[in-house]
Amino acid sequence: MWEQIRSNRIRSAFVVTGMALLLGAVGASLGAMFGGVGGMAIGVGVALVLWLILWTTTVANGDDVFLRMSKAQQIESKDHPVLWNVVEEMSIAAALPKMPRVYVVEDPAPNAFATGRNPDKAAVAVTTGLLGMLDRDELQGVVAHEIGHIKNRDVALIVTAGVMVGAVALLGDVGRRALFYGGMSRSRSSNRNGGGGAIIAVVSILVLILAPIFAQLMYFALSRRREFLADASGARFSRYPEGLARALEKISGQRVPQRDQSRVTAPMYIVSPVHPGAMAARGQGSSMFSTHPSVEQRVRVLRSMAGGAGVADYLRAYSQVTGRQLLHSVPEDAGLAARAAAVGAAGFVDAPRARARAASDALLTSGGWQILDCGNCGARVKLPPPLAGVVRRCPRCEAPLGG
Amino acid sequence: MPPLWIPLLLLAALVVWGILIYNGLVGSRNEVKNGWSQIDVQLKRRHDLIPNLVEAVRGYMTHEAGLLKEVTEARARATQAASGGMVGASAVGAAEGLLGGLLSKVFVAAEAYPDLKASTNFLALQEELSSTENRIAFARQAYNDAVGSYNTRRESFPNNLIAGGFGKVDFLTIEKAVERELPKVEV
Repeated sequence: MWEQIRSNRIRSAFVVTGMALLLGAVGASLGAMFGGVGGMAIGVGVALVLWLILWTTTVANGDDVFLRMSKAQQIESKDHPVLWNVVEEMSIAAALPKMPRVYVVEDPAPNAFATGRNPDKAAVAVTTGLLGMLDRDELQGVVAHEIGHIKNRDVALIVTAGVMVGAVALLGDVGRRALFYGGMSRSRSSNRNGGGGAIIAVVSILVLILAPIFAQLMYFALSRRREFLADASGARFSRYPEGLARALEKISGQRVPQRDQSRVTAPMYIVSPVHPGAMAARGQGSSMFSTHPSVEQRVRVLRSMAGGAGVADYLRAYSQVTGRQLLHSVPEDAGLAARAAAVGAAGFVDAPRARARAASDALLTSGGWQILDCGNCGARVKLPPPLAGVVRRCPRCEAPLGG
Repeated sequence: MPPLWIPLLLLAALVVWGILIYNGLVGSRNEVKNGWSQIDVQLKRRHDLIPNLVEAVRGYMTHEAGLLKEVTEARARATQAASGGMVGASAVGAAEGLLGGLLSKVFVAAEAYPDLKASTNFLALQEELSSTENRIAFARQAYNDAVGSYNTRRESFPNNLIAGGFGKVDFLTIEKAVERELPKVEV
């Protein structure tokens, strides 16, 4: 199944290549504006050098840029044992070579992100708002999603693509300013080159205006796709899609504005930190200009996995919900299908987890909690003592609760 | 005359291709081995935590001396089974399964002791032990994932042409056998 996600990386590589072409085109247009046809090659060179400088400084500053930008504090096991344990559990499930470093961000807005160019240098950061809001299963879902980003090596991809979008935007901006303030060089070059020069000038202007928009659209599409795939990986690692689904619902129900709202860092987070108000307006929480798919859609996909937890189950649920396909190259992976069936039949994977859950429910019941299963949507409702016997309708689907 | 280097180049490409496939298989097999040792690490962690748990609850759980004795004995058996090099054998599976069942019993019994439940030491131990149970489950899961992709890689064409030295590995399904003989925890 990692082969499938890797094959999607090839697709992602195409996207990045497309962006590089856009960058080259912008460079060429800029060059053409200043120096006619001869300037185009120089323009391309300048664009690539600019991208290289931006990229190397981003990489050289290392993986800690995001951590520093968000003022994250590294923690040890003793500082927050539950968070630490959950991260370690999920890195075991993902078979990471090394447990990622763990960070906490002092921020009431619930969110989390992963960073690190490769799994050896990875880090997971969560906000204090998130820690205060989620139970252990939900936290595990969020961490599993972040570990999914690490395992799928999304950070390097997103950083590379993000830097390219930045370079395109920068050059486009320079070009538009030049257009605005000095049409002189343009008219001079068109005079020199005749009608061909005029065509080049028009094309250049179009490229300079449109390329940044296209680059951004490609970037956002890439980011949304990687987000879905991280959900799929997270569901698989935790074998509990419901945990992530509940966490996403809780997080998106919040309207606390996040401190770090830059669009550059946005794809790193589990839910978009940009415009939390718009985000919370679920239903149409996502557009072509979003770094993240709508939470509502992500939750629906996770809840449509019909008891499965594999990537194959996720893909099926995804096409069921959206009517599209997430990975176009889903091979008939007989090994995976057989494994999923064997695992389910033997029950060896879910048995300990189910047992742990049953034990914890038993503990709650004896502590005065009321635990009810909704007959309609299948949700398990856990009511603390003050609410036991008071809540009579399922909070999710509003159906009356039995028992 | 036809240049000699063309067949030589083809041969070299074939050799490089074979080496890549072979190394891929070795890498995949190593992932299986790592997965296996990760299970051992987590079982060891469980064994190390149990004496602390027994010490922490002994003073409070005055009526459960028998249960605690059982836990200590089950731990001893599990450690013995693990050190006997019979890892993966049904002996280890049975010993660990029994130990897991007894541990849940201890935590359920702890409900009757409010002082114990309020002690931070016990709460911390509870988190550590339940995390250990999770880790064991996830380590098994990761092991099976590694086994699955190793077997697929080994059997698929053209890898199977040079996978002669790579044996098939079975999934870890001990839990099913263990589950049956486990004492049911009812509250």
